[in-house]
Amino acid sequence: MKVVVVGAGPAGMHAAVAAARGGARVVLVDSAPQAGGQYYRRPPGGTAALPHVFEELRRQPRIEHLPDATVWAMEAVPGGLHRLHVQQGPADAPGRRSMTIEAAALVLATGAYDRVVPFPGWDLPGVYTAGAAQALAKSQRVAVGRRVLVCGTGPFLLPVARSLLAVGAEVAGVLEANAPATCLRGWLRRPAHPWHHRAKAAELAGYAALLARHRVPYRPRTAVIAAHGTDHVEAVTTARLDPDWNPVPGSERRFAVDAVCVGHGFTPQLEPVIAAGCRTRGGFAEVDDRQATSVPGVFAAGELTGIGGADLSAAEGTVAGCAAARHLGHAPDPAREAAARRRVRHWRDFAAALAAAHPVRPGWQTWAADDTLVCRCEEVTVRELRDAVEHHRARGARSLKLLCRVGLGPCQGRICGRNATELADAFLRERGAPPLLDPDAAAKRPLAAPVRLADLATPPTAYEAQEGT
Amino acid sequence: MLSPGSTHADVVVVGAGVIGAACAEALSGRGLRVTVVDRGAPASGTTACGEGNVLVSDKAVGPELTLAQASRRLWPELLDRLREEAGPSLADAEWDEKGGLVVATSGAAARALTGFAAGQRAAGIDARELPEGGAAELEPLLTPKVTAAVHYPEDAQLQPVLATAALLAAVTRRGGCVVSGTPALGVESGRGGRVTAVTTRDGALPCGAVVNACGPWAGHFAAAAGAPLTVLPRRGMVLVTGPLPEATVRHKVYDADYVGAVAGDDADLMTSTVVESTRSGTVLIGSSRQRIGFEDSLQVHVLRTLAAKAVALFPALGRVPVMRAYGGFRPYTPDHLPVIGEDPRCPGLWHATGHEGAGIGLAPATGRLLAELMVGLPPHVDPWSFRADRPALTKGQAQ
Ligand SMILES: Cc1cc2nc3c(=O)[nH]c(=O)nc-3n(C[C@H](O)[C@H](O)[C@H](O)COP(=O)(O)OP(=O)(O)OC[C@H]3O[C@@H](n4cnc5c(N)ncnc54)[C@H](O)[C@@H]3O)c2cc1C
Ligand SMILES: Cc1cc2nc3c(=O)[nH]c(=O)nc-3n(C[C@H](O)[C@H](O)[C@H](O)COP(=O)(O)OP(=O)(O)OC[C@H]3O[C@@H](n4cnc5c(N)ncnc54)[C@H](O)[C@@H]3O)c2cc1C
Repeated sequence: MKVVVVGAGPAGMHAAVAAARGGARVVLVDSAPQAGGQYYRRPPGGTAALPHVFEELRRQPRIEHLPDATVWAMEAVPGGLHRLHVQQGPADAPGRRSMTIEAAALVLATGAYDRVVPFPGWDLPGVYTAGAAQALAKSQRVAVGRRVLVCGTGPFLLPVARSLLAVGAEVAGVLEANAPATCLRGWLRRPAHPWHHRAKAAELAGYAALLARHRVPYRPRTAVIAAHGTDHVEAVTTARLDPDWNPVPGSERRFAVDAVCVGHGFTPQLEPVIAAGCRTRGGFAEVDDRQATSVPGVFAAGELTGIGGADLSAAEGTVAGCAAARHLGHAPDPAREAAARRRVRHWRDFAAALAAAHPVRPGWQTWAADDTLVCRCEEVTVRELRDAVEHHRARGARSLKLLCRVGLGPCQGRICGRNATELADAFLRERGAPPLLDPDAAAKRPLAAPVRLADLATPPTAYEAQEGT
Repeated sequence: MLSPGSTHADVVVVGAGVIGAACAEALSGRGLRVTVVDRGAPASGTTACGEGNVLVSDKAVGPELTLAQASRRLWPELLDRLREEAGPSLADAEWDEKGGLVVATSGAAARALTGFAAGQRAAGIDARELPEGGAAELEPLLTPKVTAAVHYPEDAQLQPVLATAALLAAVTRRGGCVVSGTPALGVESGRGGRVTAVTTRDGALPCGAVVNACGPWAGHFAAAAGAPLTVLPRRGMVLVTGPLPEATVRHKVYDADYVGAVAGDDADLMTSTVVESTRSGTVLIGSSRQRIGFEDSLQVHVLRTLAAKAVALFPALGRVPVMRAYGGFRPYTPDHLPVIGEDPRCPGLWHATGHEGAGIGLAPATGRLLAELMVGLPPHVDPWSFRADRPALTKGQAQ
């Protein structure tokens, strides 16, 4: 009887530690070579300024951490257990170790990946997602370009700019698509806890000082609406936006840059949540105040349940770890758990404000031209997507994919799925038709990660058998 | 949603899968006013969950093979006609006459295969037994363990969702109507028990006849219409690889045990390997057969069996990543034959369903046969074996 935690970001690490402290045996499965997730990404072996949880993770005898281990499928097995199918070994290498792990309680903490909306030229080399640029800077100390523009929406653009500066890039500007009024309304919508004010205000002040020191302009209501170049980005067109993100005519400017980092919020990595049969709401895992999903014994924590930053993820992880341990009959420390739940409540307010302050507005749909790619893997253009709706009468997400191939390539719609759904819904609206009838079909991916045919064909060994438990 | 113009139809077709679409196309082509209703989006049921094989190779001599032969002749004619009517872009269904290659890898399977093919040849199928080395010439990456191989040049493939969309577009062009997001709940009948309307969640659709083309859910609709029919789901899964270089796999390549599985009755898992490439470069690896109701959770052992058999057939595919797994529920009947025709228990209620793993291939002949029977033209294939009141379908059901 053990708790299995999937994902070793802030949420998963805290879940593992809390469950183990509560007395449970824990297996922590994570696809990265070292624990930490997105927030604590660092060069191999780097330990600078890591919080205490890393130390505890290492010391805790009841936790086994399986690095480089990807959960690619999950199934329910009799006895209320969940069987995880795991491949361990460097990604893409042949002959990876295949195993199954059975969990009596499961904490899902697979985080999110960042979203980018399409614009002409977004598929040029030199255009990066903000997250990818961040990951390169943090883990390999590599800058994506010499002169870089950071654009999109949300506070995440600021740490990206900081990391780029830290690895020696010139940041030509940080462009926030939303208007200060929108952001302000979002932040004022809910009375934030004074604690956030202090913590976040200090953080923001730090970023403001940093940008000022490096003379990096910060422009609200502005976006990159096109990237130019033949084999690589050479320049971009920016524009002022109205509150719906429609470009203000005449406000276009051209800038020479050799890289652009774009981030329009995050999309949760929901595959394991859907595979476990957990209910979702508004595109996130639905959880109660103990992080329990709709499936008994399955808990979710971190960005899977809403986007709110590393502190919220960590607090949710602690709550989920305690709940998972209790599910197995252990008795975690109630005071610690109550404190973590308080933190969750507070940071959730912050997350709600964040979502309201940095929405993705539909005006982006006007940036794309007819020949702009929606799906890069299958090279599906906006025009082809429109044809599928107007001429082939696509009315559902599943048939849309098969009518124009959007989302059928190697990324399986992770990058383009939401954009394609929103564009199709807009085309349907123009025709007076209701939105796509099965929007969830776009997110259904029974295989959470690719597996080589030969590896799939080989019977796995049970983790329990190897460990002699 | 029902629009005002959609309420007066000669025929209402319930179900906008490939079968409903083919029926609607054939009926509208004979001058009838047709409304197609689906509770979801068109072509989002079983039709979007399978492969697109249009086969004669896998069928034993009998009524299904006759229907398959007729249908195989009709598909390219039908697509040509739709292309003339609508222009090439709307009627491109990725039709590809690539041919099938059935291989045996044991002595026993070799004997079964060559015997099976001899029977098909006598029924007019082009089934060419290949000499030693012939299979390797057609498929260089095939396992050297092949003991016998038969080439079926008539086997073809298309993309079912594109084909269904093209059929439905023809229906609308001819003044018919396609309504999505509207579940049909049953029928209303008038004097003599004749159907006068289809009831839907959004109101009644008056009509002279209704066609039950609800695929694996056809048994539910038949029961709701007061004429229960045994149509059940048989689950199938398919693996999809990442895109591969052209000509990695050139034909549809089957393991000869495919034939056994199609005709088989076993409730347990059966898999038989079918490996084929699609126009986009991915390779499809099908498929399994399981009778587990509408249970749709992932079962990794099924995928593992499919993978193992595919690697046995094409060892070089072992390195290839599997990108996706998908599947659906084949609509099957206890005697493994489709149901095409009017239900004598409920005049005006017609069925076009139960095509199991061959509905894509059998769609045009099904539509045509149904239309011929409805308007009183001589049928192009003998409808007797497909009639709705055969004992296999109504046995044990309330009359
Ligand atoms: C690319 C990127 C960079 C970011 N950088 C920053 C930053 O610098 N500063 C900041 O404040 N916020 C950053 N964020 C936001 C950040 O994700 C969150 O604030 C925080 O890290 C969320 O924690 P988490 O535990 O929910 O998820 P994550 O930290 O994302 O952890 C999820 C973990 O799950 C693993 N995983 C996912 N799927 C599987 C699977 N199928 N099998 C096994 N393991 C799996 C992943 O490898 C990862 O280690 C970044 C986000 C992204 C997407
Ligand atoms: C894995 C797999 C592989 C396959 N491979 C092949 C192949 O290679 N070649 C081949 O020929 N066949 C193949 N098939 C079989 C083929 O897909 C089916 O025979 C065919 O799609 C059946 O079409 P249909 O129109 O009868 O059913 P469906 O496509 O399921 O259409 C039925 C429609 O009815 C609708 N509906 C149901 N109830 C109601 C209601 N009450 N009100 C309104 N609408 C309703 C549904 O929403 C659905 O859209 C395969 C099947 C599977 C699962």
